Formats: sequence, structure tokens, C-alpha cells
Amino acid sequence: MEASKVIHAIYTDDDVLMSAVKKVKAEKYHIEEIYTPFPVHGLDKAMGLAPTRLAITAFIYGCIGLTVAVVMMNFIMIKDWPQDIGGKPSFSYLENMPAFVPIMFELTVFFAAHLMVITFYMRSRMWPFKKAENPDPRTTDDHFLMEIAVHNNEESLTNLLKETGAVEINIVDNNEDAH
Amino acid sequence: MEYKISNRLRIGAIVLMVLGLLGVGYGFMDAHSVTEENITEFLANEDHHGDAHAEESHTDSNEAAALHVDDNHGEEAHGSSHAESDHGMSHEEHVLHQIHNRPWSALYIAAFFFFMIALGVLAFYAVQYAAQAGWSPVLFRVMEGITSYVLPGGLLVLAVAFAADSHLFVWLTDGVTEVGNDNYDALVAGKSGWLNKTGFFIRGLIFLAGWSLYRHFSRKFSLAQDSADDNRYFKKNFRIAAAFLVFFIYTESMMSWDWIMSVDPHWFSTLFGWYLLAGMLVCGITVIAMIAIYLKSKGLLEHVNDSHIHDLAKFMFGFSVFWTYLWFSQFMLIWYSNIPEEVTYFVTRIEDYNLPFFGMIAMNFIFPLLLLMNSDFKRVNWFVIMAGVVILCGHYIDIFNMIMPATVGDRWFIGIPEIGSILLFAGIFLLVVFTALSKHPLLAKRSPFIEESKHFHY
Repeated sequence: MEASKVIHAIYTDDDVLMSAVKKVKAEKYHIEEIYTPFPVHGLDKAMGLAPTRLAITAFIYGCIGLTVAVVMMNFIMIKDWPQDIGGKPSFSYLENMPAFVPIMFELTVFFAAHLMVITFYMRSRMWPFKKAENPDPRTTDDHFLMEIAVHNNEESLTNLLKETGAVEINIVDNNEDAH
Repeated sequence: MEYKISNRLRIGAIVLMVLGLLGVGYGFMDAHSVTEENITEFLANEDHHGDAHAEESHTDSNEAAALHVDDNHGEEAHGSSHAESDHGMSHEEHVLHQIHNRPWSALYIAAFFFFMIALGVLAFYAVQYAAQAGWSPVLFRVMEGITSYVLPGGLLVLAVAFAADSHLFVWLTDGVTEVGNDNYDALVAGKSGWLNKTGFFIRGLIFLAGWSLYRHFSRKFSLAQDSADDNRYFKKNFRIAAAFLVFFIYTESMMSWDWIMSVDPHWFSTLFGWYLLAGMLVCGITVIAMIAIYLKSKGLLEHVNDSHIHDLAKFMFGFSVFWTYLWFSQFMLIWYSNIPEEVTYFVTRIEDYNLPFFGMIAMNFIFPLLLLMNSDFKRVNWFVIMAGVVILCGHYIDIFNMIMPATVGDRWFIGIPEIGSILLFAGIFLLVVFTALSKHPLLAKRSPFIEESKHFHY
């Protein structure tokens, strides 16, 4: 059961963590996951993670929001209940478009922001009542934790991690605490 | 890190100025080839070409017709044909004025456009100091180079305004404030406490003096900081930047009323100063990015990396959206309330300036919005340059739309007088800016944030 063993290296500073990540990557070890109390800029690139596609989803959500606003205002103000506001009768959407721009803008932002956040939670596998995957509660406060899978190389890996400035190194057997 | 202005650039700038002068000269000659003697013939020839715009705008829309009823709408007196009924001026005389106004307006628009680039950069530069920004010190010398144009550019704008007189500012027409005179205009007379020639130029010189003083001292302290052994000069710069920004936000707003909004003296918009400021900042930041990329391509500015360009492009994107927000806020309120004295401003622009009016929105909003949205594109230098060219053209047209409808009405065109004026001031701008750039090292090496700026990432 060697493969299910992981090593947890704990750091207390984000700069030390960054240089540690670069060293570990240079030695061609695969980092499973890093838990940090706050976002660390450039960490994803240093870990070699694929670029996020969240921005693309946000753009799509924005387009959906804009479409919803146009269709909704067209139905409400032009088709269903046309009114003459300020001498501007609602004959066509295009002619009254300036009046609808604030709504178009707000719904674009609303859809993009909310759906993007929800997407982010889903993608990060976080939802209400979910049990935390976080292996060490200190990573929600002021510690950083790097998780690396162990494949018969405990000793060399431990030495390497010590060199990189880890304050604590634990070897955890996943099978024991998983169930 | 020393930059020396290359002979090619200097000669290029001088060639631009000469070509520009030729264009401007041609514009004046061409305009004055139409005189009181041959104007009737000139108009008759035009009608043969099927260009019967005079009749059209008389009967074009309800708004235009409604305006005729109202006696006090002389602000488009320069601009559209109903002026006849107001001022007892014949159609021929009116068109003649418009034709003669055009080269002056073209000159003024170009002069103001290049001046506003420099002023926008000055405000942006002051914000960097006031905010103690850590990312930008490697770009300080580029910004200082561009702001060297504030004083000469501002004086040129005032000189053109002085020479153009009532060709640009209808409130300078003789007798406009004199009861009983043919040109008498009650609204302008009521505003003459502010809108008078002496006041205009005194205010203009005060604005310029304040901005140039800040520019002079910030440059001086910035250079002194290079050889200092503490942060004394940086702190001084911080203090004067904060003071300047307070002075600037008031004077910039007043400048926009004086130099731009007063060409339509009956019309007013309370957010005009902000609107102009947004345009200024976009243009300024775009030019910072362009010059930084140019200098980088010469192997200089070694510490300016993709992240700096990325940040500048983010500002280009952000301020483009901010400009649109203000443009739309101004437009929508006036469009919705539909008060004749206000809405006439947009009626003229939509009827007579349809293409530049809507084209400019596409260039200043839709284009930067879609092109600069992707974060990777903001790091591609040639992409930033191409987007910048479109933004600059768009904002030139924005200024064009502010001035031309008031002075030449529907007789606008972007032809030799306009392009000549652009070339002339582009030449002066390039010469002044690049000469200033070549005077001192391009790295503000002792700025307290220079290390942070060199390693700026993201």
C-alpha cells in the first residue's frame, strides 16, 4: 500500500512555500495539492496547474445575462404592457434601447458574478454541509501545507523538504484516516 | 539606459510638422476661396450635385421643427440652418461662416487632442505618487517625458483659441451681449460674467500655470531622488502630488467648460468635466503603453516586463469602460428627459454626425471591450499597440464631435485641414516628448519602490 501514503510538509511563510514548490518541481516530484490560508499569487503557475477556464465561463454567463435582460425587457415593456413614458411610446425595442441599458448592464453583471462564484464552488468541490477535505486545521489560519504522494522514496523526499524550509513533515497513511 | 532621440525620429517629426503646415495652409486657402462674392454660385453648384442638405434639415424631424418655435436656441446658430430666422443672417452668409470656421476648428481639435494626452498622463503620474504605487516607478521617466508637452501644448491650444476667436467661440461675436444688437443673445449675455474673453484667457493661464508648476517640481524632485541617499524627495513628490490632484480636479472641470463646452454656450452638462477626464486618461495611458513598447523594442527599459504592459492595458480597458459609462450617463439623461435646450445637442449629432457619433462609440467601447477582455491579449505588445491606435482615433473623433457641430454644422469632413492639423501637432508632440525622454536616464533608480517595480509580477 505504498502509493496511498502521502507526505505533508508544513510551511509558515508564502515566500518560503513558493521557493519550495519550485525546488520540488525541479526535482520532478508531483505535488498532489497545496492548502493555503489565502490565495498565493503565481502558485498555480509554479505548481504547473493548467490555466483556469473560469474566465471563459464568466464570459458565457455574462452573455446569457445580457440575453435574458433583452428578452425580458422586450416582453415586459414592448409586447406585454407597452407604456408611454416621458413621451417615448414603447413601439420598438431598438428605439427605446437607451432606457433598457442599465437593466442590460445590471443583469449581465449579476449573471456573470453569481454564476461564476457558484461554478467556482462546484469546481472546487465545495457545497453546503460538505465535510472539509482540509487535512490540517492550521492551514485555515497561518500555515501552508504541501501534499506529495510517497512511492518508496520517503527518505530522499523528507530530506529535500527539510532543505526547503518546512517546519514540520508528517507521513500520513491515507487508508487509516480515510474511513 | 540612456535614450538618445534618433535622427530618423527627429526628421520624421519635422516632416510631419511640415506636411501638417502645408495641409493647414491649404485648408485656410481653400476655405477662403469661397467669399461673399461667389458663395451663391458655390451653393448652386453644390445643389447640382444633389446635396440639398439645407432644405433637408429644415423639415427633417419633429425636433428640428419644434426648435424653430423656441426663440432661444441660438447655440446651434453656428451649426444648423434655422439660425437664419434667429439672427437675420442669410443662408449664404451662414454657410460662409461655417466654411471659414472649419480650418480653425480642425486646428483646435488637433491641438487639444495632443494636449489632453499629456494632461491625462500628468494626472495619472500624480496618482502613482499619491497612491505610492509599487508597480509603476520603472515607467516614471516615460510619463515625465510625455508630460513635458503639457506647457507647450497648453499654450498652443490657447494660442489657437486666441487666433480663432469667434470662429470657434460664438460668444465672442461682436455685439452678442449688447441689447438691441442684431447678434444679441440673452442667454450668452446672462453668462457673460464667466464667458468673456479676458476671463477665458486669465483662467486658461492660471490652469496652465498650476499644472506646469506641478510638472516642473515633480520632475525636479524625481531627478533629485536619483542621487539622494534618503527618501526626502520622494516624500516631497508625494505631498505635491496630493495637492496637485485637488487643484487638478477643479481646474480640469473648469477647463472643460471653457475650452470645450463653451463652443455651445447655451448647452450645459454637469458631468462634462468627468467625461472629458475619462477620455484624457484613456488616451494618456494608451500613449504611455505605446511609448514604453517602442522604447522596449529599442532594447531600452529592460525592467519593463509583460506584467507592466498588462497593467497598462488593464487601465486602457478599464478607463474605456469608464468613459463609456460617463458618455452614456450624459446621453441617457438628456435623451430621456428630452428638454429642447438640452436634447438639441444630441439631435444635431445623430442627424448630421451619424457615422462619427456612433462610430466613435464602437471604437471607444465595443472594440476595446472585446479586444482587451482576454488577459493573455493584454500581454501581447503588438496587440496593445493596435488596440491603442483604434482607441486614439476614437477619442480624436470624440473631440471632433464635441467641437465641429457647433462651428461647422453639417459641413464637416475629415479631409486635408483635419489630417494636416493632426500631423502638425503629432510632429510637435513627438519632438517635444522624445527630446525630453533623451535628457535623463530612463530608470528612476533611487525611487523607494523601484525594486518592487522591477520584480513586478502580475
